[in-house]
Amino acid sequence: MKALNYLPLAALALLTSCGGNESKTLPIFGNREAVERTVDGKTIIDTVYQTIPDFNFVNQDSAQVTAHNFDNKIYVADFFFTTCPSICPIMHRNMLKVYEKYKGNEEVMFASHTIDYKHDTPAILKKYAEKLGVSGTQWEFLRGSRDSVYTLAEKHYLVSVKEDGQAPGGYVHQGWLVLVDKKKRIRGAYDGTQSEAVDQLMKDMDLLLQEYHGSKK
Amino acid sequence: MISAVIAVIFLYACQGENDVVYARAFTTGKLIYESHCANCHGTDGEGLALLIPPLTDTAFLKKNKSRLACSIRHGIADTLVIHGKNFDTVMPANGELSDGDLAAVVTFITNSFGNKQGLYPDNVLVKDLSSCK
Repeated sequence: MKALNYLPLAALALLTSCGGNESKTLPIFGNREAVERTVDGKTIIDTVYQTIPDFNFVNQDSAQVTAHNFDNKIYVADFFFTTCPSICPIMHRNMLKVYEKYKGNEEVMFASHTIDYKHDTPAILKKYAEKLGVSGTQWEFLRGSRDSVYTLAEKHYLVSVKEDGQAPGGYVHQGWLVLVDKKKRIRGAYDGTQSEAVDQLMKDMDLLLQEYHGSKK
Repeated sequence: MISAVIAVIFLYACQGENDVVYARAFTTGKLIYESHCANCHGTDGEGLALLIPPLTDTAFLKKNKSRLACSIRHGIADTLVIHGKNFDTVMPANGELSDGDLAAVVTFITNSFGNKQGLYPDNVLVKDLSSCK
């Protein structure tokens, strides 16, 4: 009887010792480099992760939005355009699910970058947001110059975007929903056109939020 | 494989000719819907908030049945009132769909998502297309 009682405990101990916190933490994506730093007179090697650099865009309210608006937030970023006839509707149908789940959560934001800088003015973005049922600024719809948005997409969010007169709507882009942590590091990328991937995104967001709520080490 | 084909043949043999034509149009239409329409209108015809109208307003689809083929082929720029709500997002044209594809997808849409209007026959399609604006 006693042995039986201990069994589940032992199993649990084994599980936790193997699983540990590592397997429950999301990976950190992007390039990284080792730098030497001097701390208390000793030279240590530190890892510097790739982060999303500062940007300066205009949102659906014509207000300036920089990377600082996302300070201390985890956020989901994607690239779209309002007249997109291909994958955007399905991406935003899925993103809307995520938004509804975290609506009002002050640690969570959303950033949708338009890649149609010619057509998607703040007024058009505003109308799009309203029709989608999004109010306030928890979900920012952002417009910037062609180069700034495309560079940010390709170099930093690692999402491919380009103008293509042959493509439906005039642009091609990938449907990734990119999860960024409070230190502006990429922690995941999910196919926004697949509902299973979006379910995983929501699980991973919960996991990421736990990092900030767990015991501070 | 062969037994499946025979089974299908037997199934069809039990149906009337009209049923066969309808079943064929519906099946083809479903494939076209999935590859050309579902992205925006959703796999269940649910649409997307106030951006993209759902296809579940059976009264609207019944009333506008003769406009569907033209709307799919040439797109829509008007404001539509669906389930009592205004939708004014431009619908893109689908010029790549053949007449046969159009008839099939109209049959599928008007017999899915709560709609039950039966076969959309080719001769009606020809008539409807002739009055596209």
